Amino acid sequence: MKTDVTAVPFESGEWKTTINVYDFVVKNIKPYTGNASFLAGPSAKTTRVWETVKEELLKERANNGCLAIDTETISTMTAFKQGFIKKEDEVIVGIQTDQLLKRSMKPFGGIKLVESALKERGLKPSDRVVDIFNYAKSHNDAVFSAYDAEIRAFRSKHILTGLPDNYARGRIIGDFRRLALYGVDQLIKFKKADLANVGGEMTEHKVRLREEINAQIGALKDIVKMAADYGCDVSRPADNAKEAVQWVYFAYLAAVKEQDGAAMSLGNVSSFLDIYIERDIEAGLINEEEAQEMIDQFVMKLRLVRHLRPASYDEIFGGDPTWVTESLGGILNDGRTKVTKTSFRFLQTLYNLGASPEPNLTILWSEQLPEGFKKFCAQVSIDTSSIQYENDDLMRPNRGSDDYGIACCVSYQKIGKAIQHFGARANLPKALLIALNGGREEHDGLQVIKDIPQLPEGPLDYDLTLDLFKRTLSDLARVYAKAMFIIHYMHDKYYYERAQMAFIDSDPHIDIAYGAAGISIIADALSAIKYAKVTPVRNEKGLTTDFKIEGDFPQYGNDDDRADSIAQEITHYFINELRKHQTYKNSTPTLSLLTITSNVMYGSNTGATPDGRKAGEPFAPGANPMHGRDSSGAIASLNSVAKLSYNDAQDGISNTFSMIPKSLGDTREEQINNLVNTMEGYFKHMAHHLNVNVLNRETLMDAYNHPENYPQLTIRVSGYAVNFVRLSRAHQLEVIARTFHESM
Amino acid sequence: MYFPLQDIDAAKLNVDDPEHLRIHSLETFGTHDGPGVRMVIFVQGCQFRCLYCQNPDTLDVKGGRMVEISELVKRAVRQKSYFGKDGGVTVSGGEPLLQRSKLTSFFKLLHEEGINTCLDTNGRLNNAQVHELLEHTDLVLLDVKHINDEIHHKLTGLTNKNTLELAAYRESTGKRMWLRYVLVPGWTDQEQYIEEWGQRFTDYKTVERVEIIPFHQLGLHKWEMLNMKYPLKDTPTPSEEIKQKTLTIFNKYFGNVILK
Repeated sequence: MKTDVTAVPFESGEWKTTINVYDFVVKNIKPYTGNASFLAGPSAKTTRVWETVKEELLKERANNGCLAIDTETISTMTAFKQGFIKKEDEVIVGIQTDQLLKRSMKPFGGIKLVESALKERGLKPSDRVVDIFNYAKSHNDAVFSAYDAEIRAFRSKHILTGLPDNYARGRIIGDFRRLALYGVDQLIKFKKADLANVGGEMTEHKVRLREEINAQIGALKDIVKMAADYGCDVSRPADNAKEAVQWVYFAYLAAVKEQDGAAMSLGNVSSFLDIYIERDIEAGLINEEEAQEMIDQFVMKLRLVRHLRPASYDEIFGGDPTWVTESLGGILNDGRTKVTKTSFRFLQTLYNLGASPEPNLTILWSEQLPEGFKKFCAQVSIDTSSIQYENDDLMRPNRGSDDYGIACCVSYQKIGKAIQHFGARANLPKALLIALNGGREEHDGLQVIKDIPQLPEGPLDYDLTLDLFKRTLSDLARVYAKAMFIIHYMHDKYYYERAQMAFIDSDPHIDIAYGAAGISIIADALSAIKYAKVTPVRNEKGLTTDFKIEGDFPQYGNDDDRADSIAQEITHYFINELRKHQTYKNSTPTLSLLTITSNVMYGSNTGATPDGRKAGEPFAPGANPMHGRDSSGAIASLNSVAKLSYNDAQDGISNTFSMIPKSLGDTREEQINNLVNTMEGYFKHMAHHLNVNVLNRETLMDAYNHPENYPQLTIRVSGYAVNFVRLSRAHQLEVIARTFHESM
Repeated sequence: MYFPLQDIDAAKLNVDDPEHLRIHSLETFGTHDGPGVRMVIFVQGCQFRCLYCQNPDTLDVKGGRMVEISELVKRAVRQKSYFGKDGGVTVSGGEPLLQRSKLTSFFKLLHEEGINTCLDTNGRLNNAQVHELLEHTDLVLLDVKHINDEIHHKLTGLTNKNTLELAAYRESTGKRMWLRYVLVPGWTDQEQYIEEWGQRFTDYKTVERVEIIPFHQLGLHKWEMLNMKYPLKDTPTPSEEIKQKTLTIFNKYFGNVILK
């Protein structure tokens, strides 16, 4: 389809002569400061396609969460022929394989993982695919060939966990807008120019870069073929709104056809697309319903991304998430808002198609957001519990760009200019137990860290404990940095993200995103040792099995500096230790306080801790206070988390906040206003992230017992949203046990 | 009477220890006692003996704990960013007027910090000290439990005379007020008295809102915990029909009625 829209030309600028989507957005964006009243419901076509999808989703759930698997083909952009849901009604086309919800093999992350995922379902890869890996190497094999004994011990003892050494790292966000704005031909022209500039005396860096750029050019050529199969010519820029949406989706689709990274975010495409949509509306080519139809169908496609995962993966990433994170809102450096009508249209999909965990819609919150948008966001939270909030007023000045998206759950990423290497996380409570056990792991006594003296008998001394804990953390940081270096070196070598990297500047800045779990346990444990009397209970090997706590102690989550300052101090200490070590490609260390759903798995692998937590009990998610210990009310709980410094945890400080609807106020209007006030209050304290659930505990209990009645029930967990009924039973119970803030 | 009146100690409550408030508990995310998000302080001590009391553990004027007023101001300041343009601090109880002079200093300090003040009271007292407190109160939530003095007396143990006078006083100052009415089957659901209640206040210009609070049994466990005989143990919660009927009557007299 080619339509003449030259009647309304785009404002020209630098974007015309260089790759600069940001310039295009700044020159052409139409900020919208009104309310949600203009929005349209789903079109008849959308409704028909979605009905078909819903039937297939039911079948998928009935079939143990997986509808179909292709065991013959290694998935690439061009490996599968075109596939449709309901061709005559599809406005935006393209799916990952030739059949809706069919999962495919992407074995370069790890052929063994693919084999076990298939085996769990009584299948195996075709002989041809197996044979390929008699000659080729996968990322997983390569990493383990370089790991040393120390890393292996830290890994097997669950001190370092969830590392992307047996699955793809994800997190890299392509600037998918580039395909729409420039088309492949121009993008290749610029990549070729980059390549020509990498000359002179060779270094390892230059050789690698040359190889990478050529891989990216290959990817761009394949995208043209992939789109041509659907009858679209992406060698040229998009001409109109529908093409712009389609082109952006093709760019994203290319990535999820080739990669199965844990989190593959979309970026911040909505207000870019709005420029095309508003131009078409102004030119009289489309109306509001058609505009909404494009976004509904685009979003529908994003909800249907699937990867082949083994069951073990579900422990760390429960509920089959894909993290198609799209960031909405925020403010431009020139003071105008990035909120457009299409920001609203994205949120509207949660009404038109019902609640959903994907795409992971993230509001970049600023005090300066238009009032109408703030209220609509709060309303959507109350109605769907599907969206999360991050502090734009904090990230924009701190990280330096106003053109960024959120990678994975909560992590800032400048779009098209920088990437990040995902580092999973270290188990801090485990490290504390190692410190209390003379450098030995608390279960079987394996010596994992040298030169940590055994503590004397009797109650724990605070200063001594803190000293040993910090020494343990230093060593942990050293081993952690080694593991990350190896993982990302090998990932680039064996499972390079050519599709995403084709839409990113050729030699981007890189953050290495380390993580830490269990900060609330650390704060409470050290606080107990400092303010109460804590005596370890040891077994015959001298290993701690429990702790006797006498007296009261301040707990993290009550806006009490005595406990909160410990969380601050340890976070600060750990990131500084991590910063001391070499990184692959000279990436910049950052740290997250985030757990995904692995807080349950961490808990089950960690012995009793000095805060009174029993062996095996889950950690709190992310940076949340421990369940039920934040007893001074919701605001005190929020204020405690807000004290953690973003400078020490630039990869994100995740807080999940659950409240019952009535606790927000008596009327709907009051509830909306009070939720807006909550966000304003929290973010004015320089807090980073907030997941908002507005739910009754009874609803969750009922969904636990009658999952068939709640196919779309969505809740926010650490940094992302899930279909509640797709979580494991253990995860469901953990969510139900969390603190719900009520006021009666 | 299920709990003795404590006149002498109640009088001391306002005088002794001027730097401290005697409080029962604190809620940081209150959304039901005044507008917006509020820090709600439930003070300790009350001389009403309402049959349906939901917080019998706040009655004893010697119970609770003493908290420094400056500490409460500090906490309110930590929460100020959440208050937005409508929220602030509400003092509820218990009966706040028993500590009227201390609350005056507390509210003055809150105003110095730019924090909105709200007082949730049964209007037990009406004197110069109370009037001074009301000067520093941005919004009064006045609980008029029954319009008929005889029934009020049976229901609460005391007369409604002071409460009605206080309402009239607040009206005369022109400052904001919300009225509250607890709807208890068999006790406060008589149509003629609800009409009379409405007629009494319908011309008040300062009444921004009227709240009907349906009786509930969530306070039951507190009575049991305190080993006190709960007179309304078997009273049902109001039916939807009673609630709607009451709402209809109130709507005749007031522009903004909320059924909670």
